Amino acid sequence: MNKTTAITVAAAFALAFAPAAAAAECKNEVWNKVQKRGKLVVGVKPDYKPWGYRSESGELVGMEIDLAKDAAAKMGVEVELVPVQSSNRMQFLEQGKIDLMIATMSDRADRRKITGIVGPNYYTSGTNLLAPKALKLRDWEQLRGKPVCGKQGAFYNQIVEQRYGAQVVAFTGNAEAKQALRDKKCIAFVYDDSSIVADLASGDWGEYEMPMATEDDNPWALAVPLAERDCVFGRFMSGMIYNWHRDGTLAELEEKWGIQPTTFLRGQKERFADWIK
Amino acid sequence: MIDAAAAFFRQLAEEYPSWNFIFLYEKSQWEKVVGGFWMTVKLSAVCVVFSVVIGGVGAGMQRAKNAALRAGVASYIQFFRNTPPFVQLLFFYFALGQFTPTYSPDGWLEIPVISNVGWAVISLSFFAGAFNVEIFRAGAEAVPKSTEEAAESLGFTRLQTYGYVVLPLAFRASLPALNNNLVNLVKTTTQAFVIAVPELLYQSQTIWNDYPSAQNPMMLTLFLSYLALVSVVILGMNKWERTMRIPGYGE
Repeated sequence: MNKTTAITVAAAFALAFAPAAAAAECKNEVWNKVQKRGKLVVGVKPDYKPWGYRSESGELVGMEIDLAKDAAAKMGVEVELVPVQSSNRMQFLEQGKIDLMIATMSDRADRRKITGIVGPNYYTSGTNLLAPKALKLRDWEQLRGKPVCGKQGAFYNQIVEQRYGAQVVAFTGNAEAKQALRDKKCIAFVYDDSSIVADLASGDWGEYEMPMATEDDNPWALAVPLAERDCVFGRFMSGMIYNWHRDGTLAELEEKWGIQPTTFLRGQKERFADWIK
Repeated sequence: MIDAAAAFFRQLAEEYPSWNFIFLYEKSQWEKVVGGFWMTVKLSAVCVVFSVVIGGVGAGMQRAKNAALRAGVASYIQFFRNTPPFVQLLFFYFALGQFTPTYSPDGWLEIPVISNVGWAVISLSFFAGAFNVEIFRAGAEAVPKSTEEAAESLGFTRLQTYGYVVLPLAFRASLPALNNNLVNLVKTTTQAFVIAVPELLYQSQTIWNDYPSAQNPMMLTLFLSYLALVSVVILGMNKWERTMRIPGYGE
């Protein structure tokens, strides 16, 4: 491709698809919209117990839902919860279907280009396996060449494939992936360690274990629309997270929802502690 | 040339974060796209062939003297035509999949003899086949009764009349409708995604999950790929239609 063509093509793309150049000033469109309609629309997980799931009455509940409600309460607006999947959560935010996303998302460099991820991180999880005890899996290398169930949208599917040569069969939802594991269509389910711990604690997985040393520990992030990141909404959510750490809200919620206490939260609480006791 | 193109797309991704054509400059992603494309092509080709065979056989069975045979075809059509292919795939793979024989390569795994790709072929072929039966039946009804009577008077059996006289003529009359259904079938292969068949949609989604910045390019690629695939099917069918034309028939 010669230079002129390249420039022409690039120009065509620029005209056709380019998003408005990064706005220098803050328009705060989403923030104002939320205030005006008196309702904050938050994207949360419907199938990630106990962070975000449906209760027996079909209501969305969980640790992240509590966070969403707290954010809305501090803004002085109602909250509306929208269930999202790993594979569509960023698009929902981009397209304005939700104003805020608190959906167990790992904080990755590529994701920061698309969504307005704000710090500090509010949780963390790493990669581990849900595997039958009978298989005595102890080493990630044992996955080489074996079928491993996974879920579409998890960033570590690719890592497990490339690093350990596992054949990841990725389903659209957790339920399908777990069913395939129970049907012995794969030797393990690769997923977040935090979720696996919760599954094991539920008592439905007696014959299974989480055998590996957790890998690729990756903090979670919530996100606002990209244009709002460095404006009122982004700064507000940063402040929310900071206070959730500082006043121990996150640790309390962890306990409320029966999640094993993480060293991450303890560390963050110390990090953000008030110097006046 | 290739390096220059790769460099161009790398640059493009830098400047426009939502237009990251990652598969054009990263080999592992390129392999996913190519692998997915071939899976889609193979799945489509196999299902097209099976569904046409099912259509021809089914339409023949509908004309059988045996009432049980006719009832069998009728209920097959009701079942496959009246349920969504998406639900069929889930049902076959997860529900029926538990009753199929399995083998175990390592003492633990129970790999079903019918893989997810196998179930996709079965489900999609029978789904499109149900429509094809109806299409061929419509074609067969367009063949004049007198033609059948002429064949009968020449001593053809029922089966011979169907195979040598009715079906060849019916087939020609059916081609336009068949064309539509096969195009639909090629597009329906995307639903095999739900049972993790690594076809083009599955691989594209995997890529945009790993690289959210690649979503727009992948959707564009999907769009163009299906446009190209369906165009090939339509061109092939049109050529076939012309080749099989009988002067003076159906004009």
